[in-house]
Amino acid sequence: MIKVEKLSKYYGDVKAVKSIDFTVNDGEILGFLGANGAGKTTTLKVITGYLMPTSGNVYVNDMNILEHSHEIQKQIGYLAELNPLYNEMIVYDFLEFIAKIRRIEGAAYKKALVRVIDQCGLSGVVHRQIGACSKGYKQRIGLATAMIHDPAILLLDEPVTGLDPNQIVEIRELIKELGKEKLVMISSHILQEIQATVDRIVIIHKGEIVADGTSQELMSGFVGNTQLTLEAHKVNDESLQTFAATHPAINVVKTEDLKNDHRILHLEYAKEKDPRTEIFKFAVDSGWVITEMSPHQIELENIFRSLTKEGGSNA
Amino acid sequence: MRNILAIYTKELKTYFNAPMAYIFLVIFAVVNGYFFTNTFFLFNQSNMRALFNIIPLVYLFFIPAVTMSLIAREKNVGTIEIVHTMPIKDGEFITGKFLAAFTLILVGLGTTLLHLITLMNVGMNIDYGAVLTGYLGLAMVGAVYTSVGTFSSSITDNQVVAFIIGLFIVLVFFLMDKMLIFVPASMAGIIQYLSVDYHFSNISRGVIDSRNLIYFASVIGFFLLMTARMLEIRKWR
Ligand SMILES: Nc1ncnc2c1ncn2[C@@H]1O[C@H](COP(=O)(O)OP(=O)(O)O)[C@@H](O)[C@H]1O
Ligand SMILES: [Mg+2]
Repeated sequence: MIKVEKLSKYYGDVKAVKSIDFTVNDGEILGFLGANGAGKTTTLKVITGYLMPTSGNVYVNDMNILEHSHEIQKQIGYLAELNPLYNEMIVYDFLEFIAKIRRIEGAAYKKALVRVIDQCGLSGVVHRQIGACSKGYKQRIGLATAMIHDPAILLLDEPVTGLDPNQIVEIRELIKELGKEKLVMISSHILQEIQATVDRIVIIHKGEIVADGTSQELMSGFVGNTQLTLEAHKVNDESLQTFAATHPAINVVKTEDLKNDHRILHLEYAKEKDPRTEIFKFAVDSGWVITEMSPHQIELENIFRSLTKEGGSNA
Repeated sequence: MRNILAIYTKELKTYFNAPMAYIFLVIFAVVNGYFFTNTFFLFNQSNMRALFNIIPLVYLFFIPAVTMSLIAREKNVGTIEIVHTMPIKDGEFITGKFLAAFTLILVGLGTTLLHLITLMNVGMNIDYGAVLTGYLGLAMVGAVYTSVGTFSSSITDNQVVAFIIGLFIVLVFFLMDKMLIFVPASMAGIIQYLSVDYHFSNISRGVIDSRNLIYFASVIGFFLLMTARMLEIRKWR
């Protein structure tokens, strides 16, 4: 379990993380979401003991990061965002080096190596120089580094950013598999990359936590607008003006003119006031012939965007 | 201990898997050989003194060049994040790095044994005791400069800057006792005690005095501790 309590980290005057709290439970896959510069990497670097907090506490399996950083590091596997690697080394030697520090030697190393080669799909490159491997393979080498000691906790900083779609799918599958028995925390600045993989989402914005919950919880708790697309024939200018004037609660965002008063209207209204029956009545009275009327599902993406847009939170 | 060994092995592999180490060694051997043979034939000397006077000079450039990449490069490439997120103590990391660079220096020093063999073949009287302590002294000076280089590699992520700072500190240590005439008499004793050359010439004269050894050990310890300090500071910034 990871417990972050009132954690702050300042780089001089830059307040990268401002008194954040959250918990990650064992067996949970947590998505740590936020725009670039939100403070994700900084938070992860503090949890791994790479950086010391300015204030606040981090507990990993009830051990304090300040007192037990090496004990904690033994239980964590970490894939850094930029995935730094010793490019001049052979993959085999590099993993052996990591394994030695993790106290996996001799036959145990061979066994661990076979496991990570299989899990991370490294079989083609074991005897290649790291610098000569493609970006996708380097990412897998980074993952193998994080997993060679089979840690209970995996921290992955933007693990799929910059990979091609096939590679993303593979890594997602792997993370899902690992998440069955491990605590996994994945950071990302792109919701779609992690939405399908994670059990819970924590959103960080400008160094502060602005949302924490499952996607269901985030969507039901969100106060926002719903959008509706209305496609109809015989929508003339006059009736459209009347519609706008008589329905102040409905915002006509955009109209698309097809031909002969065949139009598509994009409407927006407050989530709790569903105006569909009203719209239908108005359409009948004005002679509109509705061919389609479909409200848009509130998407997590919209929530994420509105929580993390410039200027602050919406919630 | 196992962590030190892991770092040490990795570092040596890195040195010897790249052409750099061989280039260093060849240059080191050639430069020393040039000066040695020159003085050897000019003055027809039959001892290693000429060589032992040259090597500390060659060290001045050779050692900062060998050590400049030790930590600066890991900072620059970011690989220091791999090491510092694993259960490994700063002291182990630094010791492994220091010992690897020192090993390369010793290998370089080993190339000069060729000249000793030449002398033996020429067949003149050789004071083997002085040769032995001379090499011990050279190893000590090499270790001191390596610790300086390790430190200067830890204060920047730029290898060139690390080289220049290393060269500067090493020069100060080297020149100290040559500047004695410029310092007031009250200071002269301290400056002399701090100078590397003073202790080196004591040892290479054939006397192994514990005071000299303590001096070398303290300077090495000082710079390695300062290196650890630099690594610790990074985490809190
Ligand atoms: N070493 C550093 N020195 C100064 N500022 C930094 C440093 N690292 C990150 N920052 C700043 O801290 C903030 C958070 O950065 P980061 O944690 O990397 O965000 P994220 O990973 O969410 O993109 C940003 O404003 C960034 O510019
Ligand atoms: Mg980041």
